[in-house]
Amino acid sequence: MTLLERMLASPFWPMLRKEFIQMRRDRLTLGLMIGVPAIQLMLFGFAIQTEVRNLPTIVLDESRSSESRALIAAIENTGNFRLRGVVTSREEIHRQIVKGEAAAAVIIPPDYTDDIKQGRTAVAQVIVDAADPLASAAAIGGATQAGNARSEALLGAKRKVEPPVRISVRPWFNPTLRSSVYIVPGIIGVLLSMTMVVITSVAVVRERERGTLEQLIVTPISRTGLLLGKIVPFVLVGYVQITVILLLGRLVFQVPMLGSMPLLYAVALPFIFASLAIGILLSTLVQTQAQAMQMGFLFLLPNILLSGFMFPREAMPAPAQWLGAMLPLTYFLQVLRGVLLKAAGPDAVWRQALVLTGFAFGVAAVAVGRFRKTLE
Amino acid sequence: MNSGTVIETQGLRKVFGTRVALEGLDLVVHRGEIFGLLGANGSGKTTTIRMLCGLLAPTSGQARVVGFDVTRDPEKVRHRIGYMSQRFGLYEDLTVVENLRFYSGVYGLRGTEAKLRIAELLEELDLGPRSRQLAATLSGGWKQRLALACATAHRPDLLFLDEPTAGVDPASRQRFWNLISAFAARGTAILLTTHYMDEAARCERLAFLLAGRLIADGTPDEITEHFGLPTLEQVFIDLQARAEAGTEAA
Repeated sequence: MTLLERMLASPFWPMLRKEFIQMRRDRLTLGLMIGVPAIQLMLFGFAIQTEVRNLPTIVLDESRSSESRALIAAIENTGNFRLRGVVTSREEIHRQIVKGEAAAAVIIPPDYTDDIKQGRTAVAQVIVDAADPLASAAAIGGATQAGNARSEALLGAKRKVEPPVRISVRPWFNPTLRSSVYIVPGIIGVLLSMTMVVITSVAVVRERERGTLEQLIVTPISRTGLLLGKIVPFVLVGYVQITVILLLGRLVFQVPMLGSMPLLYAVALPFIFASLAIGILLSTLVQTQAQAMQMGFLFLLPNILLSGFMFPREAMPAPAQWLGAMLPLTYFLQVLRGVLLKAAGPDAVWRQALVLTGFAFGVAAVAVGRFRKTLE
Repeated sequence: MNSGTVIETQGLRKVFGTRVALEGLDLVVHRGEIFGLLGANGSGKTTTIRMLCGLLAPTSGQARVVGFDVTRDPEKVRHRIGYMSQRFGLYEDLTVVENLRFYSGVYGLRGTEAKLRIAELLEELDLGPRSRQLAATLSGGWKQRLALACATAHRPDLLFLDEPTAGVDPASRQRFWNLISAFAARGTAILLTTHYMDEAARCERLAFLLAGRLIADGTPDEITEHFGLPTLEQVFIDLQARAEAGTEAA
């Protein structure tokens, strides 16, 4: 038999055909495989806002002058604060912040305007509920910005002065600093890892639970033929998911797509394959579909936390970075963000592509090795 | 092993943890023979079949099936055996003909060869009118027939049937046995387990297992003679009583 004849006679083909028929019949699962990424994208995309705007803010203005009103306007103009009321005492500030009705309070003392007029440094106070570090960082940043703005305006009104040092910051690739631009490409990776791992492990375990695997393993089908036939249809599902998320990301969140889509789709292949192989590997560790689901979600957690999806890996302690380096998602995220946001080309992502290919073959080899054509 | 035998085991033994499921089984099954493996639940019948199919690895002992060592050459064995598990193991979300296409494909049948074989099986097992029906919607008797068709798609030399007629109505059982007899007449050896003594009586040879040990084998007549009892039914009941007494004593 020639190699081609042997390939055509491989039990992989009937296996592949069977999987496609079953997938087509199982409309609910098919719908979920496409619907779930869409829903997850909306949830993540809208909910994850790391930039904090519109903090509910109250004001205690004991100066009641045009100067104090100018300061309040400057604070509001930063966009980080939204004035929701005026109070008349410090006790009231304490009460509202404790109750969560306000996240920040501006206190302008009675001598604020006098100090400015006398040429002394006028002091106003911003109190911040720092229990939420993200919100308090935004408040602190906003307050400083407003203070500088007022100082410059007051100084500029007296005489034309330029500060001796000015640092000009240019935020590249996401100039408006929107979280969704950063988060949505990441969601493609996170959702792919989750669905690919869970659907393959569940698909294999389901055959075991229903007794069809027992019937299948007494046939001459090879382990590789069996497992490949099982996972190849899911590669297509993976590509459908990528496309759904990219389209929605573009339409709903205006995520840029600057780089080459063929490059992105090409590098997605080893990533999808590695995720599917992890699913097969998980299926050899569990007995029931419920356990397979739980293992899938257990696997999802380090992917969300350690891959750089939500938190920068550079800020993590070394062991967390090492763990992150063992996740295919870590590398695929770099490719996703590189290609979509920075128009990274093959020269910038070949290393990640190589690592992902290594993962795909490595995990597949371990998974096929662990998968036994016996009932033990 | 001579060319007339399809199964030959020596001292076949299986231990699960601390429980001995099968103890030193010596068994010979000949080509074209219908061989019945009898015994109470838990006596080691399914374990024996699973080891002979390569689904379970023997703890010790040897088994040659269709001329190959099951432990060393399981894939060679698999090309020439068919297996029907106790539980319906086909795809319920595939139709009758899709299941047949899948199994004939997995056994290496392609193109015209596969089409002819599927048509032949549909005809022979009377599955034609149901070919487009989902397996899930078949009744017990028809499911068994479909399972038999899939297990014999590649014309195996040896067929393992683990309680093939459990829960099937008498008329379907009758038809099922006619099919089995026809396969055997064409040279396929059949090793089956059953709890129905009328079926046991239709086997050419029988082996009785009691708590993992082979305690008697021979033709149905030899068995009844050996135990000095008038029917196989009574032999079975007698053995079951002994098995239960043994468990209580232990």
